[in-house]
Amino acid sequence: MPAHRASAPERRSPGRSHVSRRRFLGYLVAAPTLVVAAEVGRQAVFDSTPVANAAAIPSPPLPGEVYDLLDVIRDAARPTANLIRIEVERDGTVSFALPRSDNGQGIITSTQMIIAEEMNLDPDQVVVTLADARPELVFNQLTGGSSTTFSTYTPIRVAAALAQGRLLDAAAAELGQDKSVLTSRTGLITGMNGEELPFGELTELAASPVDEAVDVALKPREEFSVIGTPRTKSDARAMVTGKKKFLTDMQVPDALPTVICRGPNLNSAPQGVNNIDEVRTMPGVTDVEQVRTGVAVRAVTYGQAVDAVNALDVDWDGGTVEGENDESVLEKVRAGELPLAVPQTPGTTVEGDFVFYFRSNSALETNCAIADVRDGSAEIWGPSKSPIAAQADIAQDLGLPQNAVTVHVTEGGGSFGRRLFYDALPEAAEASRAMGKPVKLMWTRADDSRQGRVHPMATCRVRAQVTGESVSSFEIRHTSVASELNPGLSEAITAAANKAPLGNLTIAQSIYITTQTNPYNVGVATSLLNEVDMRFNTCSMRNIYSPDTATARELMIDKVAAELGKDPYEFRSEFVKLDRFKKVVDRAAQEADWGRTMPEGMAQGIAIHQEYKGIACAVVELDCRPETVNREIRSARTGPRVTKVTYVVDVGLVINPRGLEAQMMGGINDGIAMTLTSGLHLEDGHFVEASWDNYFYTRQWNTPPEMNIVLIEDSEAPEPGGAGEFGVAATCGAVACAYARATGTVPEYFPILHKEPLPFEPYPTVPPIPPSPTNGLEMAR
Amino acid sequence: MSTHTFKVNGETVTVDVEDDVRMLWVLRDVLGITGPKYGCGINVCKACTSHVNGKAFNPCSVPVGAISESDEITTIEGLADGEELHPMQQAWIDNDVAQCGYCQPGQIMAAVALVKRCEAEGREIDDEALDEIRNICRCGTYNRIREAIKAGAGAM
Ligand code: FES
Ligand code: FES
Repeated sequence: MPAHRASAPERRSPGRSHVSRRRFLGYLVAAPTLVVAAEVGRQAVFDSTPVANAAAIPSPPLPGEVYDLLDVIRDAARPTANLIRIEVERDGTVSFALPRSDNGQGIITSTQMIIAEEMNLDPDQVVVTLADARPELVFNQLTGGSSTTFSTYTPIRVAAALAQGRLLDAAAAELGQDKSVLTSRTGLITGMNGEELPFGELTELAASPVDEAVDVALKPREEFSVIGTPRTKSDARAMVTGKKKFLTDMQVPDALPTVICRGPNLNSAPQGVNNIDEVRTMPGVTDVEQVRTGVAVRAVTYGQAVDAVNALDVDWDGGTVEGENDESVLEKVRAGELPLAVPQTPGTTVEGDFVFYFRSNSALETNCAIADVRDGSAEIWGPSKSPIAAQADIAQDLGLPQNAVTVHVTEGGGSFGRRLFYDALPEAAEASRAMGKPVKLMWTRADDSRQGRVHPMATCRVRAQVTGESVSSFEIRHTSVASELNPGLSEAITAAANKAPLGNLTIAQSIYITTQTNPYNVGVATSLLNEVDMRFNTCSMRNIYSPDTATARELMIDKVAAELGKDPYEFRSEFVKLDRFKKVVDRAAQEADWGRTMPEGMAQGIAIHQEYKGIACAVVELDCRPETVNREIRSARTGPRVTKVTYVVDVGLVINPRGLEAQMMGGINDGIAMTLTSGLHLEDGHFVEASWDNYFYTRQWNTPPEMNIVLIEDSEAPEPGGAGEFGVAATCGAVACAYARATGTVPEYFPILHKEPLPFEPYPTVPPIPPSPTNGLEMAR
Repeated sequence: MSTHTFKVNGETVTVDVEDDVRMLWVLRDVLGITGPKYGCGINVCKACTSHVNGKAFNPCSVPVGAISESDEITTIEGLADGEELHPMQQAWIDNDVAQCGYCQPGQIMAAVALVKRCEAEGREIDDEALDEIRNICRCGTYNRIREAIKAGAGAM
């Protein structure tokens, strides 16, 4: 495994602990067996000593440093947090339905660990399932903004601690012994004389006949034995044996493969089908119906549905961005740019202006859903991160009351932001209703790539003023094609917005402000967003704005450092705002052997990023020598290669270091792709890329052979922060800075290879799906 | 429709389906063998990678009509020896490789074939050999995959 080394966890002394001694309120729920719930308001305390430095002009915090997106999400979740419940069954099982979606982030495993810790169980003894859509949970059922562990950590602990306490009380009464002499281990409570009572036998005795609020104390951090220890995913075996079931692997009776024929341009809508009856008679085809987004075909196999889709002759409208291309969109974004402030102090002005092209956040499992719409009810299955909003939308579409629609959340094959939306779910419902039959709808790869959601095109302008030995101002202006935020998120943010020091902002601006921070002491620091609505299908991609703004900011920090005659590492170490940040920067430089000599054409780059209560520092080594850049691999983007990444990250309390390391690794590979290779090209109203080998996400030949991820396990921050998106931004910054240092040219647009000739012949848009080859046996090796 | 007989994971099966339907759909939609995944349908993502007569192949790009009765197909479901995992599967668990897991059946089948090929050609499993793997992992587990292949190769 790539070196994962962490400093020995230094347990906090009880006197300093922020969390362990506080009491929380839990609830006993009236039920025949033990059911507990939790509702918790809490404060996250993330203080740290500011770094005192003679030269650096302290910057007042940006709003995102005081009250960030995680706070917004947590506060929005608060009123409904009491609805999360832990149950102890008669067979001794401890079960919990997680109101979140797991798409590979490992949150099922980390939730098992949190419950196991408080109840002294083995994590395998905890059954965690994904909850169906429960409208009463409102914001609690949204997986986004890396919020899961942060907003559920304490409520889950409170419920688990309450359950453990009740079981101990029940055992004490049963045995006639004092609670303090009992021990609880792996679901068995042992008495003074070795008597053993399993949870299953105690659950009825521990149950409460009435709902009751109870005061709960949590296990002190010094006593943790599960949290903080590396743990392999609970379903690792199912995943390597092919037993893990994804949506399209599920067998729902009569839900046959269904594919939608989509138009040539982005969001083209069908205007009529010229050969529908002919296509209905094709082999395997059972139904063909026009829907809002195209023409749906249901068949015995997906292959036959695809063939039928390609045989359809459909009239289309021009879509939502007819005639547009990369440069015409960029022009419109430019027109929306807000002015930079004029420097008020004397000194040197350092400026930069960067363009970020569209990028796809398509996962490997394409958008998909199963729908069975009957008279007066609908049952839907899908890997959705916002099942409540999906349920509401579908109910409205079908003219049904919301409670007539059941939405089952399935485990997804990757998300990265896209599954905050649920594009396939209402489509499947519409097709099922039109056909009067259950459907298993799957987007093809071409659909996912060309019509799926994208990370918006943006520009980022930066102006810094260097005065004497310090930086007196640092202005960022980010201008972006409007990014859509899903309804669940928008409502909650709107609801929570008046709690935050946000003022009267749009949802996007609220998100921008609560995620943007400037980790440096650079005098007057501002960061503003403006959006240009262009009717693209957009969303976040393992973060919304940060990878781009971090790239711009870090490139400019290198320029500022040069202006001050400082080394990039030295500057960062000296100018970061908090001691906690400095530790991370210094550790990264030391781990990476910063400043080591490298051959001409290779360079190191360093960058940091602060977000979601965490701080990360990346040091990369980039090889830009011609023999590397020009290496030939069939149908591939090669180009500069990142040969080594050192990534030091402090996210606060670490629940599962092995899982956290995996999240960082994924983020690093994303950051490399976003900076160097993976862009979508818009041409004449449609995206050119129809598949992999068109869209160049990181592959084995791009990934760094050496990766050293270091987790700070003795963080001052007492609670877990967000992790899912945290590997990306610092990587982007470090790769960009390394490129500038290796080549002597500061890149002005991203991905850096975006304007290189395409190493493929684009697939036609009509028929919409590239046909499957037939020569697979010849290629067997 | 026509009838096709071949062996999958040690069992002889017969399916009734048009000649040009690709093996991926025969496996998944007709036989209910869902380990091989769809990620592109055009032999680029490699999520469907399985073995035919011990070699890695991509069933999305092979019509069932091209498969003969003597052909033996192995999918991820047939890699383990009963309850005993293949060393490569074990290495995957030991390294906690999978994130969402969607690409991993294909990754493991590709890895096993790569190791066999390198052995036959007298090559090391070095960075160059690992760079040849075309399988996409959109969760970015590449680095753990590299470690797991080296470990699994040692145990094969
Ligand atoms: S689905 Fe077969 S290679 Fe992608
Ligand atoms: S583990 Fe998710 S695509 Fe590889």
